[in-house]
This record gives sequence, structure tokens and C-alpha cells, in this order.
Amino acid sequence: MDIEKLKERVITLVPEAQLEDNKQFVSFVIPSDKFRLVVENLKSSEDTAFDYLFCLTGVDMGKDLMVVYHLSSTKYGHEIVFKVKLSDRENPSVDTISDLYRAADFYEREVYDLLGIKFNNHGDMRRIFLDENWKGYPLRKDYIDEINIVEL
Amino acid sequence: MEERSIEMGVKIKSMKYDEFRDNETLETFIKPGGGILLSTLDDIIDWGRSNSVWPLTFATSCCGIEMMATGASRHDFARFGIEVYRASPRQADVIVVAGTIVNKMAPVLKRLYDQMSEPKFVIAMGACAVSGGPFYYNCYHVIRGVDHVIPVDVYIPGCPPRPEALLYGVMQLQRKIKLNKMVDAPKINKSNR
Repeated sequence: MDIEKLKERVITLVPEAQLEDNKQFVSFVIPSDKFRLVVENLKSSEDTAFDYLFCLTGVDMGKDLMVVYHLSSTKYGHEIVFKVKLSDRENPSVDTISDLYRAADFYEREVYDLLGIKFNNHGDMRRIFLDENWKGYPLRKDYIDEINIVEL
Repeated sequence: MEERSIEMGVKIKSMKYDEFRDNETLETFIKPGGGILLSTLDDIIDWGRSNSVWPLTFATSCCGIEMMATGASRHDFARFGIEVYRASPRQADVIVVAGTIVNKMAPVLKRLYDQMSEPKFVIAMGACAVSGGPFYYNCYHVIRGVDHVIPVDVYIPGCPPRPEALLYGVMQLQRKIKLNKMVDAPKINKSNR
């Protein structure tokens, strides 16, 4: 499927999706409640067949938190990026896609571990790198640790 | 007999005495009043130890790649008796800490060091193992210098050090082993940073 058709497809699925310009990949900012619906649809449809999640990252934008998903299709070779902004810093959460892509399982645990974003219905939402009793989420911009961190 | 070794300098087979960049510093490590008479047997034991230093297979990042390069055919540190990598700490004489040690790795490193049999030596290879290196500032997870965990004999700066630097460090260690009875054992860094 060519890029223009792919863009139209996403816009018809979620009219609120914002297309970002001048990016390496076709990339959309998607509301967190609609996100899972889009991915489910794009994965199961014959003509898009996004069967491969090749990156999942968490970002602290300063004000918002963000989860970035890179999807691609091994059948057609096209790629797409979804970004989900989460404005609630106290209790950020987004639906899991670990049941659709097994790769997402550890990625989501990593994002939870370092940024504190919870993935609903994940099933095994616990820390992956840090100790179980670690306090706080170290990759957040407002993370403070006066004992261990030497500020430059 | 101790006069002999100080006057003539600490000599090892691997490298000529004059080719070391600095000979005075090592001699300042020698304990004042350490005029114990060393027996010929001790000399022979230290000679033997310094010429067969077996390292532990232990590498945590890119310095490990340089260490492997040093062991491979081009640089080949087996020439100097740093012979085989031992997979068991029980059989190793030296642990080359090649790479970043994070907080989670520190207990493992300590245990490996404790499992090594005496006499045991530590080389801190590269900026991360010496001081935390690029992870010194704004990092929540890296040990700032491996000397916070285990006592270090030789520090090798560099990011990562070239194989020549590792060989030079190893030869400094050989000289230190020859002085084994006459220098203080290295200490753990007890400061916060």
C-alpha cells in the first residue's frame, strides 16, 4: 500500500489523528483511548498487514509523557509510527499491545520501569531492570536522587 | 638483597627497565623501613607469579572487546605470560575489570573477587572502571570507579584503552607482583563519590 493511502486509512479510522510532517517515517499522534483500536485494525487487515513491531519507546517531553510505536509489515515493507501522548503525569496509562505483538511485552515493562507508564491489561506489569523496591522512575525529567546523582 | 632490587629497579622480562615512562612512582610505593630480608625462595615465587598471570573471563562492555583484541594473535599477550582466560575465578590470578560496572553488577563483581584465590590482583581498565567515566555526571545507576567495590592494583585510563595500553598496564602489574612483599596492598575507596 502506498503512503498516501496509508495516511487516508489512519485518518478514516481516527479522525483526531494528527499527521506529523518532515519525519523519516509516516507518523501520527493518536489519542490514547483510540490507539489500540487502530493497531488492531492495521494488524488484522489484509492490505496493511502490520505484523512486526520493531521499536517501542517511552519519552518524557517535559510536560507530557509519550509512548512511540514503530510498526512495519514484513509482507509489504511499509512502516508507520504512532505516538501516544499522556498528559497525566501522576498516573499515566495506555492499553497494552503485548497480546498482539509478543515483542511489546518486555518493551512495555522497560517503559514502565524507567518512566512509570502503566500498560493496561499487560498481565505482568513489574520492573524489568531495576530492583523491585526502587523508588521513582529514573528517566523522568523531574527525577531527583541527591545521593547517587552528581549534577553537572 | 632488598638494596639490590631498589638500586637496580624492578625488572621484568617483558619490558626493558628504561622503556617504562616512569620508574620513580613505583619506587615511592615501597614501604619505608620495609627492609625485611627477602629470601631467594620469595624472589623465585614472585618471579613465577609475575610471569604467569591468568586473567578471569570478565568483560562488561567495549573495553572487553579491546581485551579480546589484546589476547588475539596481533597483540597476543600470551607472549608475556598473561596466558589463558580462565572461566572460573578459582583458577584466576587477576581480574581485568573491562567495562562499566552498574549498581546491579557490583555484588556479582564482589562475589567473583571474593571467590578468587590469593594472591589476587585487580586491573581497572578504561574510564568507566577507573572513575565512572562518561557516566560520572547525571547518572543514577553506575559505580563511580570500581575501587569502591574491590581494591585496585593498576588503573589503565582510556575509552577504551588500546591493546598497547593494556599490555603496559599488565607489565606494571608484573612489576608490582615482583614487589609483592614490599608494597602496601591497595585499599578500597571509601569516599561517597
